[in-house]
Amino acid sequence: MSTAVATTEHRLVEPAESPLTPESWGKLGMWTFLAADAMTFGALLAGYGALRYGDPSWPRPSTILGIPLTALMTFLLICSSVTMVEGLAGIRQGNAAKFRTFIGLTILGGVLFLSLQAYEWTHLIEHGQSIRRNNFGATFFILTGFHGMHVFSGVVYLTIILLLGIAGRFTAERSSPVEIAGLYWHFVDLIWILVFTFVYLI
Amino acid sequence: MTASTVTPAQMAHEERRYIQVFVWLAVLTALEIGCTFLPLSHFVVGVALVLLASSKAALVALYYMHLVHEKPQLTYIALTPAILCVFLVLMLLPDLGAITRLITTAIEHTAEATGH
Repeated sequence: MSTAVATTEHRLVEPAESPLTPESWGKLGMWTFLAADAMTFGALLAGYGALRYGDPSWPRPSTILGIPLTALMTFLLICSSVTMVEGLAGIRQGNAAKFRTFIGLTILGGVLFLSLQAYEWTHLIEHGQSIRRNNFGATFFILTGFHGMHVFSGVVYLTIILLLGIAGRFTAERSSPVEIAGLYWHFVDLIWILVFTFVYLI
Repeated sequence: MTASTVTPAQMAHEERRYIQVFVWLAVLTALEIGCTFLPLSHFVVGVALVLLASSKAALVALYYMHLVHEKPQLTYIALTPAILCVFLVLMLLPDLGAITRLITTAIEHTAEATGH
């Protein structure tokens, strides 16, 4: 059998579809990863809750943390979720300009969030808070730092997606990679909704 | 919902839905912050905040992550961590309650011993 025939026959064989996400195995893979990552965040939040509930002298977060700034950060991340889903809509419509604009805005939202988080951390450290000071400091910096690491990874991930989009790698029929990146970004937003509530508000 | 199965009319409807969800997320966030100023017990405010946060998380998962269009089994995968984490917290509460009681009792004994 010649190489040309073998190659053609190989291309004619379709890979088996993912049972839950027929359009992409990657989508199922991302959902599985997000479920595992959610367990990690859940364990960190449960540990935070356990330490806080077991310590009657735990400081009230609003007396130490800046709620207005963090509310702005929350709103920023929600807006970035909207721009992400609009960017996906853009590529599904075959509108490359819309895709570029909204993915770019999503990346900008992430960068702004990280900048505000860096400002918040600097302000807290200057006022004596640290990861070593007490359980409050340790849980705060670990939780927000772990989430911030995810936001940073998301910014890098989306930048790569944007560059690939600019290079013409995505079309209306091949938009799964953008959707998969969107799942990660919405997960980052979802986790922040929970962190904001449990760490800053309650 | 995939690119090949969505008509322009459906896509327009979906985009309107994204904006509606965004408005709800903004309103729920404002309500959360407003809750912290209510003259209610810490427990009641906490329950309200958890419910509001869960609603926001559900909106993001259902409409931005498109779970509403996916097969139910994918929703089970997504819900499993949430259920396990609630279970984890509930399992920790009895131990935490015991620790709190020990600390409170120790403080009371110390106060009695020193006459304060």
